Amino acid sequence: MVLNFFANPNRFSRISAKVVPWFGGGTIILLIIGIYFSLFSSPPDYQQGNAVRIMYVHVPAAWTALACYVFIAIMSAISLIYKHPLADIACRSAAPLGVGFTIIVLATGSLWGKPTWGTWWVWDARLTSVLILLFLYLGHISLTHAFDSQDRGAKAAAVLALIGFINIPIIKFSVDWWNTLHQPASIARLDGPSIDTSMLVPLLLMALAFIFYFITMLLIRMRTELAVRKTHALKYKMGH
Amino acid sequence: MKRKHKRLLLVLVSLGLLGLGTAILLSAIEDNLVFFYTPSEIENKSIKNDQVFRIGGVVVNGTIKHSNSFSSFSLTDFRKTISVTFKGVLPDLFREGQGVIAEGSLKADGTFTATQVLAKHDETYMPKEVADKLKSSGLWKEKFSKNEYFN
Repeated sequence: MVLNFFANPNRFSRISAKVVPWFGGGTIILLIIGIYFSLFSSPPDYQQGNAVRIMYVHVPAAWTALACYVFIAIMSAISLIYKHPLADIACRSAAPLGVGFTIIVLATGSLWGKPTWGTWWVWDARLTSVLILLFLYLGHISLTHAFDSQDRGAKAAAVLALIGFINIPIIKFSVDWWNTLHQPASIARLDGPSIDTSMLVPLLLMALAFIFYFITMLLIRMRTELAVRKTHALKYKMGH
Repeated sequence: MKRKHKRLLLVLVSLGLLGLGTAILLSAIEDNLVFFYTPSEIENKSIKNDQVFRIGGVVVNGTIKHSNSFSSFSLTDFRKTISVTFKGVLPDLFREGQGVIAEGSLKADGTFTATQVLAKHDETYMPKEVADKLKSSGLWKEKFSKNEYFN
């Protein structure tokens, strides 16, 4: 089972050391190509003009913010059920990244909303549920650090992550279930994407770049956390 | 049953119950979750005159009029049409056939006085040349004539 394979911290350290440079390099290459396509090699929209280019940051950040939360929720379940030590480290390392992506979504969405909708912010179901996602991430980080015992903090945060998971389908389907100012999905549709190929290419390139960046940072943060814990354990041993 | 199987069951059952509870809750407060009503929906809601709410629809062709700083236009959901008056600056995307959301209240004569107008843009993205080509070849899908636009 993959789970047991990666549960061994030493094996994780060895493999992650090898793949980090590849994901890091991939991020840089994808970002360069993606930004070139987004800013230079894609047409303005028939309605929105050049404002559509905000989409190439906004949508990838949103996808990554959601993917990050799903990752944390799965790792939280693994941590609570199977007690794998690496699962806690994964949650703890991913949450601040999720905060970053969610702030990018909200900020770029606000900047995009003003010229297209005519407002920076409204309390519609999509915008509000994404704001709740930000608070879930912040709550997760606070709970992780709220206890003297690291394990208890991780456990409390894992429970919060699982409860908050209910927000993910709400974010995704809010635009279909209720009247919102935010438009429905363009890509994940039954009748195929309602976006021209010339705009889909930069969007997917940027999305891949964001995901690669997330994986790179996640692995680096997990490796750092492992090293910190080893140092603590060593100090403890030498002190006694 | 092993302990970890018990925990797995506990997590799954709790999540299932939580999901069920949330679904019931959300459907109960649905009226507060929608951002706007469509013109045909407001008939069924008991909305008092001067009560502030939002109305969403498509701007009917040929109904936009400007006089001084006032604008007036008609909003439709293809079942019912309502005329709207608004004083202020309209968003850039405001045009005929565009989905818009107006915030304001109903007057006694059945017209809607808006204090804010927002443009609702759809999920279609394409370059101008493609849009022109589709329109000239008659393949332009009149998405706004479909009820699907209002979910």
